[in-house]
Amino acid sequence: MTAPRVVLATNVKVKPISQARTGGGRRLKPANQILLQLACIAIAATVLFPIVWIVGMSLDPRNISRPDSLIPPGANLDAYARVIARPTLNPVSFIQLALNSLTLAVLISVLSVGLGVMAAYAFSRMKFRGREFMMLLILAVLMLPAVATVGSLYINLNRISFGNFRLGGSLLGVALAVTSTQLPFAIWNMKGYLDTIPKELEEAAVVDGATKFQTFVRVILPLSTPVLAVTALFGFIAGWTEFILAQVFVVGDPSQWTLAIALNALVGQYAGSTPWSTFAAFAVLFALPVMIVYLLLQRWIVSGLTVGGVKG
Amino acid sequence: MTAVAAGVATPRRSWRQRSQNTRTAYLFLLPALLVMAIITFYPLVFQIYISFTSFDLKNLRPGAPAAPFVGTENFFRILDNNIVIPNFDFIRVLTFNLFWAFTNVVIHVVIGVAIALVLNVNGLRFKRFWRAVYILPIAIPPIIVAAVWRNMFDPQFGAVNQAINGTIGVLFKLPPFTLDWLNEPNPILTAGPLVLPLAYFALLAANIWLGWPLNSVVATGALQSIPQDLYEAAEMDGAGYWQRLKTVTLPFLRPAMLPFAIYGFVVTFNLFTLSYFMSGGGPFGQTELLVTISYRLVQEQHLFGVAAAFAIFQFVILLVVTLITNKLGRATASFDA
Repeated sequence: MTAPRVVLATNVKVKPISQARTGGGRRLKPANQILLQLACIAIAATVLFPIVWIVGMSLDPRNISRPDSLIPPGANLDAYARVIARPTLNPVSFIQLALNSLTLAVLISVLSVGLGVMAAYAFSRMKFRGREFMMLLILAVLMLPAVATVGSLYINLNRISFGNFRLGGSLLGVALAVTSTQLPFAIWNMKGYLDTIPKELEEAAVVDGATKFQTFVRVILPLSTPVLAVTALFGFIAGWTEFILAQVFVVGDPSQWTLAIALNALVGQYAGSTPWSTFAAFAVLFALPVMIVYLLLQRWIVSGLTVGGVKG
Repeated sequence: MTAVAAGVATPRRSWRQRSQNTRTAYLFLLPALLVMAIITFYPLVFQIYISFTSFDLKNLRPGAPAAPFVGTENFFRILDNNIVIPNFDFIRVLTFNLFWAFTNVVIHVVIGVAIALVLNVNGLRFKRFWRAVYILPIAIPPIIVAAVWRNMFDPQFGAVNQAINGTIGVLFKLPPFTLDWLNEPNPILTAGPLVLPLAYFALLAANIWLGWPLNSVVATGALQSIPQDLYEAAEMDGAGYWQRLKTVTLPFLRPAMLPFAIYGFVVTFNLFTLSYFMSGGGPFGQTELLVTISYRLVQEQHLFGVAAAFAIFQFVILLVVTLITNKLGRATASFDA
């Protein structure tokens, strides 16, 4: 299923370019061009509106009063200063929240890629007893939403404690719990990509006397950089924005709060009167790192995401 | 899928060699399996065990007595809507959840494909620029999207009501429009177990904004892999734009879009953030999903036993949904076996 599509893709790459050069623009009547451009502008307006709205609100000095224009009069960065100093009613700074989220994100990213890639390699390249059964087992886990096992994980991680440290009440516990849902995704996603790497490359290494492990490290890993990067990125985003497990595990200890827990405290269903400017500045600062990384890696994301069966 | 790996073992090798292959394979699998055994499979088994007990907050403390065995009581409490959560109705929540996932995915795919087609028109200017703009919603974490859209539908300070005030309101000199989209108590539509409040449409609007761009990216990828000769041949046969769309484009899109739609269905079915952060499941629990109920059972009620039984229902429902969609997908696939 994959091979023919790759061939097709390389075939077409040549054609549209030559066609565009010989006057692809001529084929579209000016009236149609204008009509389609207007449609594109309208779509862009709906896409951009919520983003512009929230940025405008974050600059509004009046905090909650009704914004009447997108760039409010007297726009300033006061809301950002407030958010960075003390985003919630608890005495935790934004930096502390961001560091906690970062810890979670890095742990999950490293754990899921590091553990997942070796398993993905075994599933992709080796025949062994129990292979089909274990692949189905992992796929079944992949379908379960994280929230379905949260109670069981919480109970069990709470039983593990050393002195004052309780795994069920720590960020490490959250990281382990999130990894339990990220790992099956990572394995399936990376296996899908490894399937597309030609076997001949490995066979050449084996002929040269390399062991399985050497082939894996020297041949397969360098070739799978795009999928490693994308899987790591998804793990990172999952950790950076994790809410359910973080809320259940560490909400009782404000020094371990993450950005997502604080966001819930800001707009959660029991927060009656939300200070919207503070919220908006918080949302912008929360989303910005993810957006920047995402846009930088955009090119790789489609080729590195294989779980949806996009690549078969 | 299996063909790739099967190739490694041909021609048939001796038993010794095969068992050595198995050993190498398990060495590679060991780290992942070990971790999954502890943090995935053991909790799953434990989950089944506590679903037959009345495990709750008092059993959580270290050294607390084991939770008493209650048989299938938890399962029947869920089916009898007797789980402390106000306004809970299992059949209504399940119906809404299925309807929610289905309507979203259909709309996402249709809009995503339509916009991909527009951006694929030969000779259209600024294609790369538009594609870059349209990808933005994918880059924003869903939890923030949900919170932002909750603000957009705020009756007083939200963008939606203010836009209505600023246009229609000014034009016809109407009093301020303060419809509370997310809390309007009277449902728009009630049909048997299906109850659709106004909040459903607000959630739908937010999720359409969030969902179509990725579908568009996938559709664009598929469109670019269609051989240009097919279009030229169809054109020579005198086929117009719509005929070429029907006979060439859509059949080629199907094998790429169908698996993605099934994946999207499962993701939307389990989409926690919009329901929880935008409407809080309201009004009267009409926009609760199975995942938000599951969360409330653990975090708000601390009914771990009931939550475990609920998760088992969830798993069975998802399994049935996946089997049905897979079967539908295979039955309607015209080629690409």
